[in-house]
Amino acid sequence: MDPTVTPLGAATVPRVAPKARLHWDEVRERHVLLYPEGLVALNDTAAAILQLCDGDRPVEQIVATLKFRYQAEGIERDVTALLNGLATKGLVTW
Amino acid sequence: MKPLWLLAELTYRCPLQCPYCSNPLEFAGGRFKNELTTEEWCRVFREAQALGVLQLGLSGGEPTLRPDLEVLVRCAHDLGLYQTLVTSAYRLTKDRLATLKQAGLDHVQISVQAADAGLSDMIAGATSYEDKLAAYRYAKDLGFPLTVNVVLHRRNIHQVAELIQLAESLGAERIELANTQFYGWAFHNRAALMPTRDQIAAGWDVVQRERRRLGNRLEIVWVLPDYHERFPKPCMGGWARSYLTVTPAGEVWPCHAAGRITTLAFENVRARPLEWIWNESDAFTRFRGDAWMPEPCRSCERKAVDFGGCRCQAFLVTGDAAVTDPVCSLSPHRGLIDAVVTEVERVAAAGETQAEWKYRAAPASRVLAGKG
Repeated sequence: MDPTVTPLGAATVPRVAPKARLHWDEVRERHVLLYPEGLVALNDTAAAILQLCDGDRPVEQIVATLKFRYQAEGIERDVTALLNGLATKGLVTW
Repeated sequence: MKPLWLLAELTYRCPLQCPYCSNPLEFAGGRFKNELTTEEWCRVFREAQALGVLQLGLSGGEPTLRPDLEVLVRCAHDLGLYQTLVTSAYRLTKDRLATLKQAGLDHVQISVQAADAGLSDMIAGATSYEDKLAAYRYAKDLGFPLTVNVVLHRRNIHQVAELIQLAESLGAERIELANTQFYGWAFHNRAALMPTRDQIAAGWDVVQRERRRLGNRLEIVWVLPDYHERFPKPCMGGWARSYLTVTPAGEVWPCHAAGRITTLAFENVRARPLEWIWNESDAFTRFRGDAWMPEPCRSCERKAVDFGGCRCQAFLVTGDAAVTDPVCSLSPHRGLIDAVVTEVERVAAAGETQAEWKYRAAPASRVLAGKG
């Protein structure tokens, strides 16, 4: 499915694209998303979101899990912004 | 300062003879002959990972000529490195690719020399086009992300549209349309390879049109033809900032062309730890940062954008690696670049017979190496 034509919704089930791999960079002590000829450095929130993008959980469940874990507001906005941003690079699909 | 990228040039042996090859002219000489063993490469990968490397390119020459490639891929995979195989796909079987996938290979980049068999095989100097088409399909069948790589020059740049359509029909993720960068064999063959301004403009038009049509279905990378630019490329993102190359016999270079700079001293992984080479060696520290820069770079606001351009190009064109990249319109040596570009335009306009290239092959390499 082409993420550019299907808007992200609560029931959307995102996953890290097959060409990308989430990786713990032990030298720099941060998560990175590795892909052909490139990488994205991830902050802790972004890494936590992507770890839940396993192709099984819908967005609403990812948001609920993170809300419970961090007791924080604004999680929906973080999730939507990250997933839409990575989808335009083809690094997340749904 | 920690490296992110390692280019492992596993061998300079290659069944193809592309006249724009970036390998050293003297690739067949003794300097590169005594290839690193399996154990030595695995140690290099471990040292690179400990230094901060995350991305590994397995290249050459033709890396699939190494019978231990699967072992090397397994070793790098266990270290978590994201691995790209850069191959001509000559005689590459589906079984071999499947074994490499199983060993942990992440991404496959397969070159093609043109959009049709006749031209592609002529440029490669070897019957290889059908092998490439088969390998593209194997790679997709096996679930690899796929990059189609094409080096563009005077004899194939008219095929940009067909090449993009080929990549699209194969289901590739990326196509790299790399205008020839003039190092190694390409520098030797400059007069035969360099396109005219009109040819480059036509190719660029097609790229823009196809990017609009394809959106994010296919990433189209266009590597700029820097002789035709006003400012130099930010080569390697700056000297020895994020990238290193290990050559077949273990010499370590800040990029795959740097070994040509005769005024630098290069170290070998057989004699020194990679960490020391990265942090302390002459070759890596000489042009790191901006303290080395002469004018016009020193006072230029673009020095943080392009890092003074390319040291290898400065050396090849002017004989001095420590001057501004001669491609820069502010360089006092820009005339040396303009002379080459102008001569290409003149020959094309006059309809004169164009220069012949010399194929990348071991006998020619030995002759050229002998000339020093």
